[in-house]
Amino acid sequence: MSARHGKPTRAMSAPHANPVRKAFSRPLASVFVIAVTVLWTIPTLGLLVTSLRPKQDVTSNGWWNALLHPDLGLGNYHTVLFEGGSGVSTGLMPFLVNSLAISVPATLFPLVLAAMAAYGLAWVRFRGSDTVFFAVFALQVVPIQMALIPLLRLFSGGAHLGSLTLIPAVDLKGSYAPVWLAHTMFALPLAVFLLHNFIAQLPRDLMEAAVVDGASHFKIFRSIVLPLCTPALASFAIFQFLWVWNDLLVALTFAGGTPEVAPMTVRLAQLSGSFGGRWELLTAGAFLSIIVPLIVFFSLQRYFVRGLLAGSVKG
Amino acid sequence: MSVPGTPSPATALATGAWGDAAVKFGNSLGAVAGFLGILLLVFFAAGRARGRLSRPLAVAVFLGPAAVLLLVGLVVPLIRTVYLSLQNDDGSRFVGGENFGWAFTTDSVQKVLVNTLLWLVVAPLVATGLGLLLALLVDRMRGQAVYKSLIFMPMAISLVGASIIFKFVYESRGPGQQQIGLLSQLAIAVGWDDPPNWMLSQPLNTFLLMAVMVWVQTGFAMVVLSAAIKAIPDEVTEAARLDGAQGVRLFWYVTVPMIRTTVVVVLTTIMIITLKAFDIVRTMTGGNFGTQVLANEMYSQSFVQFNTGRGSALAVILFLAVLPLVAYNIVQLRKERRVR
Repeated sequence: MSARHGKPTRAMSAPHANPVRKAFSRPLASVFVIAVTVLWTIPTLGLLVTSLRPKQDVTSNGWWNALLHPDLGLGNYHTVLFEGGSGVSTGLMPFLVNSLAISVPATLFPLVLAAMAAYGLAWVRFRGSDTVFFAVFALQVVPIQMALIPLLRLFSGGAHLGSLTLIPAVDLKGSYAPVWLAHTMFALPLAVFLLHNFIAQLPRDLMEAAVVDGASHFKIFRSIVLPLCTPALASFAIFQFLWVWNDLLVALTFAGGTPEVAPMTVRLAQLSGSFGGRWELLTAGAFLSIIVPLIVFFSLQRYFVRGLLAGSVKG
Repeated sequence: MSVPGTPSPATALATGAWGDAAVKFGNSLGAVAGFLGILLLVFFAAGRARGRLSRPLAVAVFLGPAAVLLLVGLVVPLIRTVYLSLQNDDGSRFVGGENFGWAFTTDSVQKVLVNTLLWLVVAPLVATGLGLLLALLVDRMRGQAVYKSLIFMPMAISLVGASIIFKFVYESRGPGQQQIGLLSQLAIAVGWDDPPNWMLSQPLNTFLLMAVMVWVQTGFAMVVLSAAIKAIPDEVTEAARLDGAQGVRLFWYVTVPMIRTTVVVVLTTIMIITLKAFDIVRTMTGGNFGTQVLANEMYSQSFVQFNTGRGSALAVILFLAVLPLVAYNIVQLRKERRVR
């Protein structure tokens, strides 16, 4: 407690300190926390160091040797991005591009659509709006796995009822659209639920004043609701971006493994099987894929935690 | 590859890569621009409507897209997967519960279910327990933000990335060779001359895979539980202390009951994530060497072997396993929010 609130002296604040914490705050406790922290950090450090070492060093001895005799460079990154490696024709560059090209729309689409739906459910009341909200809320229990096979069939073959074609088959192969759509669909239940919680609590007076002034629902949504829920939107956006960036299941199912559409996660999962001994390349590739979430994490940690706490039971 | 006259294969590939990137980003941003453009047009047009129709129109515009996507993407597939699970693998014949019978009586699938159960119990309990311990210990330390950040960091990494990190830690080489995997090197350092190939030794390998999940989830448990402990009113602990409660007793009889709901939420949350995650097993062993779990078996049956009936049945089993956890989790979460 003393450390957190910066009270003048430890002696003064000690009697007020939380006694449970005190009981757990012997030197042994500090040693334990530091040990866990080191243990938790070392694997990532090993990845980073290995990715910077020349090939012959990586295969001849452990990465910890490089801490004493550092001989580091960015060569592996160039190789893995642009040249590929043993038996792999293209580098990771197209996949890195795909990751970004998938993540941005797959974050924005559900964000906007969910905000609209949340506003509709909260402020454009109609008969049954509570039922609809509860139905959306309940859809959170459906695991993505339950939707994969039918959805994949829908994207490749369209939808038919008897001989009647409800949705025609569209050739979406080699396009991001199925991945964007699938991510948007799977994100909606949680997104609507979270944003509804926020939007429903906006002051009623404000809304009524706008209606009196003759503003339509669309105007209210754009000029009052969206600006006011920026914090909630930001939290969800960060959470969803990381979710999509880190996702393997949806990408593997709807993008396949081609350089045209597949993101980094899919490619790395493939490479971890086929690269076998090429650790200097695999570690460089893995670090490239985790550096983006790490930057987001360290720069926006507070939003990230908030979004994570709210969204931990997603799909 | 290297045609005389071109600069070098690598540079040529690089320029090609940049051009390719530009096209892809163009597509992506074009989709975003198109999406927002259409929305603005619809908003503009629908906003002009006046009178009796304006309200239903607003409902349709605001809720329509989400409703259609949810129906097409979740509700209908949910029903179809249940239906597919009752058919044979090419969907030509109704077989009733045969696929479920297969899942519960085949030896290999039984092994998968046992593994899944093991994951479901061990990984969440270890992660939550360790997280709770850290939450209690870390808050009195100088520079706690640094420790917390570093322990929480794996949460931001993809499970694929985490798997590769640990695959490298578990890398094993034959005896007599220099070990490059940290675990083997440590084993040798403590006097185990010939450590095994970790990923091949059953049942140890399953627990080593679980360690990845624990590595990822402990920080989450720690951060959430630490917030819950901080939220306990000082008067409560003060009163208990005046009544003579101290140290570990105070922890068991005051702190634990006060944060019980949060502990349960954290535990069930990690259970849900564990049950549905297939990334770790898929990336590290491909489900071989006796490490297969339900989520990855479901994927292999459905999309590698194209046994849609069996795959769907496994998806339904997964759904039924997750259902009570999610329902309980959501109820507890709401209860907790109401208390605060």
